[in-house]
Amino acid sequence: MTAPATPAAPDLDRVRARVATVPDPELPMITLADLGVIRAVGLAPDGAVEVVITPTYLGCPALPAMTEAIREALADCGHPDGRVRQELTPAWTTDAITPEGRRRLAEHGIVPPGPATAPLPLRLGLGLPCPNCGSAATRPQSPFGATRCQAVLVCTACRETFAHLKAM
Amino acid sequence: MTTDTTPARPAAPGPAPHPDPDPDLAGYALRLGDDALVLCQRLCGWITRAPTIEEDLALSNIALDLLGHARTLLSYSGQRDGTGRGDDDLAYRRTEREFRHVLLVELPDPDFAATVVRQLVFSHYAGLLYTALADCADPVLSGFGARAAAEVEYHRMHAAQWTVRLGRGTTESRRRMTTALDALWPYTDELFEEDGPSSRLDAAGTAVAPARLRDAWQRETAAVLATAGLAVPAPRWRATGGRAGLHTEAFAPLLAEFQSVHRQYPGGTW
Repeated sequence: MTAPATPAAPDLDRVRARVATVPDPELPMITLADLGVIRAVGLAPDGAVEVVITPTYLGCPALPAMTEAIREALADCGHPDGRVRQELTPAWTTDAITPEGRRRLAEHGIVPPGPATAPLPLRLGLGLPCPNCGSAATRPQSPFGATRCQAVLVCTACRETFAHLKAM
Repeated sequence: MTTDTTPARPAAPGPAPHPDPDPDLAGYALRLGDDALVLCQRLCGWITRAPTIEEDLALSNIALDLLGHARTLLSYSGQRDGTGRGDDDLAYRRTEREFRHVLLVELPDPDFAATVVRQLVFSHYAGLLYTALADCADPVLSGFGARAAAEVEYHRMHAAQWTVRLGRGTTESRRRMTTALDALWPYTDELFEEDGPSSRLDAAGTAVAPARLRDAWQRETAAVLATAGLAVPAPRWRATGGRAGLHTEAFAPLLAEFQSVHRQYPGGTW
């Protein structure tokens, strides 16, 4: 097998488009691109296709699954030697989630985050309306939820708990 | 599980092996990484045993953050010490005396109050340190600091809320908090110990010497304790030794359990 030629720009565009559709392993209703995790799709100095991602939480247990899913997408596009590289700077914040990502989270009952620079109680969802009944009579139940990025709130009107992707 | 030719596990955050070994920086990252790793393992002891389901989730999520911090820091240490060891090598292939964490994080938890007091101490220390690291010159430590500081903010809030709740709770919860404070405060000094490498890195602007965060830490923890109606202990002795690899009796059993699967299935991957 001969060494792969440097991919042309249209091919990189195709890879970019394919990588953008990879879903998040823990929140599969939203893509990694909409989560703001994909920083760049380009060529490494040695000519291999390289996807740069930034971790949401440093200990996010979904990172290996994300990396594997992106590698599979690269292989699908004809780049089995494609790589995934992590970059910590600048740090990820929930402000990187796209409007489409926020819409998809809300559609699935996870209240999307407000601004990451808000005071801590607001970032935990203080004052958020209940996604089930619309009541404003909600209160934070626990800052830690089913995944690291979620908080749990409870609605005192309909008594349901609901998830909130906390701003960070 | 297989023990051969499986694809390598994705690398932990950080760049490829560093061409420029730096023993000071490697040792610095090792100390911080060991603090996070051992505290993570201690907190995991609460899983399925915490007072409420929310607390179970809180402590396991905090432990998960600490694991992420440990992986980033230990990977970096292995890159900068010139050996090219990965985070797993450092976590699973060192013996007791090679660990450099402070004694505080290895102590067993006699009760939940002890866990709360230790979280109060450590999360306020880590919050100050990681925030300061975000502005240091080393790109990996600053990237780590910026991200980790945001995560630790939730650990601080968690610890502060429990401190106030237990301090102002019942006679029994208050008694337990006082006992835990008296037992753990002698171990807080070690977090701020001066050492040559940290001072050199601090002077060069590469990293941050924890010693200069002590005043801010005292102010912040004293403020929480005041809200909780608890007195700041004034211990007559202070613990030391962890940074030199001299640990308490509690550490060997913790490490043995932590490394048991690795020893039972050498080279295993999942």
